Amino acid sequence: MSSEKLTRILATDCGSTTTKAILIEFIDGEFRQTVRGEAPTTVEAPLNDVTKGVLNAVTELEELARLKYNNSEIKFIENEEIIIPRDGDRGVDAYVSTSSAGGGLQMMVTGVVAKMTGESAERAALGAGAIVMDLIASNDKRPNYEKIERIRHLRPDMILLAGGVDGGTTKHVAELAELVAAADPKPRLGSSYKLPIIYAGNNAAVDIVKETLQDKVDLIITDNLRPTLEEENLGPARDKIHDLFMEHVMAQAPGYNKLMEWTVGPKDDKLQEIPIMPTPAAVGNIMQTIARVENIEVLGVDIGGATTDVFSVFTEELIFNRTVSANLGLSYSISNVLASTGLENILRWVPFEINRSDLRNMIKNKMIRPTTIPQLLEELVLEQAIAKEALRLAFLQHKEFAVTLKGTQKNRSISDAFEQSTSGATIVDMMSLDLLVGSGGVLSHAPRRNQTAMMLLDAFLPEGITKLAVDSIFMMPQLGVLAEISEKAAAEVFNKDCLIHLGTSVAPVGNTKLGHTVLSAKIELPDGSVFEEDVPYGELRLIPLGVNEKAKATLKPKKGFDLGKGKNQEVQTELSGGVVGIIIDTRGRPLNLPSGELRVTQLKKWMKELKAYPEEILA
Amino acid sequence: MAQAYSAGLTVTENTILRKERILPLKGEVLVKKGDKVKANDLVAQTFLPGKVIPLKLANKLGVIPSLLPQYMEVQPGDILKKGQILAKTKGFLGMFKSTVRSPIEGELESISQHTGQALLREPKIPIQVKAFIDGIVVDVIEKEGVIIENKSAYVQGIFGLGHEVNGEIKMLISDPGDIIDPKVITDEFKDKIIVTGALLTLDIIKKAQSVGVKGIITAGIEDDDIKKLLGYDIGVAITGHEDIGLTIVVTEGFGKIDMAQKTFNLLKKFEDHQASIHGMTQIRAGVIRPEIIIPLEFDEKELSKVVPKVSTLEIGGMIRIIRQPNFGKIGRITGLPEQLFKVESETKVRILEAELEDGKKVTLPRANVEVIEA
Repeated sequence: MSSEKLTRILATDCGSTTTKAILIEFIDGEFRQTVRGEAPTTVEAPLNDVTKGVLNAVTELEELARLKYNNSEIKFIENEEIIIPRDGDRGVDAYVSTSSAGGGLQMMVTGVVAKMTGESAERAALGAGAIVMDLIASNDKRPNYEKIERIRHLRPDMILLAGGVDGGTTKHVAELAELVAAADPKPRLGSSYKLPIIYAGNNAAVDIVKETLQDKVDLIITDNLRPTLEEENLGPARDKIHDLFMEHVMAQAPGYNKLMEWTVGPKDDKLQEIPIMPTPAAVGNIMQTIARVENIEVLGVDIGGATTDVFSVFTEELIFNRTVSANLGLSYSISNVLASTGLENILRWVPFEINRSDLRNMIKNKMIRPTTIPQLLEELVLEQAIAKEALRLAFLQHKEFAVTLKGTQKNRSISDAFEQSTSGATIVDMMSLDLLVGSGGVLSHAPRRNQTAMMLLDAFLPEGITKLAVDSIFMMPQLGVLAEISEKAAAEVFNKDCLIHLGTSVAPVGNTKLGHTVLSAKIELPDGSVFEEDVPYGELRLIPLGVNEKAKATLKPKKGFDLGKGKNQEVQTELSGGVVGIIIDTRGRPLNLPSGELRVTQLKKWMKELKAYPEEILA
Repeated sequence: MAQAYSAGLTVTENTILRKERILPLKGEVLVKKGDKVKANDLVAQTFLPGKVIPLKLANKLGVIPSLLPQYMEVQPGDILKKGQILAKTKGFLGMFKSTVRSPIEGELESISQHTGQALLREPKIPIQVKAFIDGIVVDVIEKEGVIIENKSAYVQGIFGLGHEVNGEIKMLISDPGDIIDPKVITDEFKDKIIVTGALLTLDIIKKAQSVGVKGIITAGIEDDDIKKLLGYDIGVAITGHEDIGLTIVVTEGFGKIDMAQKTFNLLKKFEDHQASIHGMTQIRAGVIRPEIIIPLEFDEKELSKVVPKVSTLEIGGMIRIIRQPNFGKIGRITGLPEQLFKVESETKVRILEAELEDGKKVTLPRANVEVIEA
């Protein structure tokens, strides 16, 4: 349907703990997010009905809308149901929802070769919004009995069985199917239905797979997700995952049958069901929409208490990737960040001395009492140092996963022949990245937005010219499912209301000695003033430039540094402002933190320049 | 707003406790409604299907998978003895014969003519669920387990390690701030649950292990020592499965912290009583905390449906601070201002005002306290 017919849309995201509702309205020729409400999610006892939480959140939203417009006639709920379609002050034109309640969608995937069909299967499942509990591959070195034990213990919501290219050997796929059959896996939620298994492997093995599995499980056959080594075809498998998510997983969760009837919107001039999306799939959807509509490359991160999700859209083909770092987070998983990165890596971001045992105890105390808040400034600095490491590790995993297809053949020139890796290289290119978006408590609720910018800079090390933003109330899920009925509405709200623009980072790539000038910058600010400096290596500069403001910049890298146009090549561009401003970062890429006393001196200098913390802690 | 919700750990001398004792998969319930059970009594059992052992049978015989059935000596569903012949080839003129024997006792589950693989299954593994607490079976969930009720003194820990155990409580401290010397743990504490003080060290744990102590209740513990004890860093907060020969329940947190006076008094009062404890901790949706359960004498009429109490912050109420500064200190709430307040870290939060036991007045985030129930 055309977006103009939509004037008021209700969107909810049913998270594990909170159900968040937003109202999107068509006002003065554009879509804006106007009101939001929230309430605890009610999937668990004693209420056992997700729609109760939805109604509570929408009731709050309704009350706030009445206040906002000073109009007591506004009404969205009647007889415990959402009013659709809109009739004046009553009702909305569409209601859409996402869900991650009950632990989201948990899957297990298989492939013949872990790095080829296995990785493709993993990409399909992650892209569909699932948590991948394990990848079982013919070549993963575990003995078969161990694989069977693993499948039996995991109890996933569904399994994606992939393996082999079309027409290839069927033996390994048959063996994988036999392992699954031997494990006789049971679904996580309820034992009243058979476990759904999607087969998306070698088409020549379909009959064998059917023979082995169809009596034991709910077998669904779809197109091979890796028909040839050179080609990935994830769409059909992802679609099947979404269908099954609705039919099996959601249908088992308390109250979802009712919620699925509620989510409707106008399509082809009549009201139609709009399927509930898994929350991460919706986030992926909005990121792809933005990348497509604005023709940009986007990298997003959502850091929670338990997990960190990284999403990216890179290359001219706008290839989307999502990774979930299941045990990197800042409350429940905070201790695992320490276990994964080590104390030294955390402490390198801390500009003061701290007893190591005390730090270990502090981290564990946060783990066992995850809702506590850092009251002391030192504890805030420590939590943000841990956040940098969690983000860095999650991003590292993402870079390793977002790669070109492995196992492909390429024609090589003689010079290429000396380079070992042409397939399997990461497609994450920080130099070509246009927009870096952060979200999740530690980034969204940092006391100073400058701290958010600092965490994004230190963890992701953007290169060249990159816009930085934060999704302060994590509205991306609702906008992702909204994009299903109106891309225009979703994109407009994303730009105007969802993102808080922090500013732009200017980071020339290269390394040299302290004191050398690496960037001559001339930035003409809208108030007529000009920032002009030969910035030495190892510095940060913060130049205030407000939201929606632009500055004309002439940037000339030196000493072999590169801003995207080649070594020492000048870049003339327009830089966007934000609540933080323009940050010039000449600390070098890769960033090599100095050691000893100099490290503390440098950290304090950078934090002071960025106005990240109060002066007293940086004295 | 005069009150607000705040999570706290339960410490009570007298509560009606309900415990679900459920099998991981369906099986047989061994007791009936109304039965009186002791902590070590079995209440339900089942059998896990045995481990599956895949065997590349066609390869071992040197035949193609599709011909496998004609060489089989046993059929799917047959019971197997270890060493029993599974399949054999006749060979050529009595030579080059191949024989494959079963490496396990169990059952032949299936053979595949596609891959030539046989799946053997080991015998079923029994899973047993004990009552864990002395009490009365108030409900039976058919084929799954039971619900047991009793009257208990009850302490919820904050973190723990190790399985469910039972034993007599022994106090090794005389003050909530004491730290014990490992030497005081003598053979007389074998099979007991000992209460140590403000800090449990690795030396104390090792001495307790060597003596055969069943459980340790402590206020604080060093994370460094846990790493040394387990040999790894605890990543995600899911514990309770550690095989360390004893169970540890931490009541306050990491580092040296005095035991809450109320917890100390309760444990002292019930010294020499039998207790059931476990170290299971899970801090995600559906939080699980370690427990110390001390069953009391009761009349069946006393058992009534438990109404969960919601802890609230109220002026005059007692709180314990659960984050620095003043971690572990006790105070009385003197004010609950409505507006957001900027604390030292510049975080804007709802705060409360309190007076500590030493008379010091503090303001701190509401999220950083636990309510101590009267």
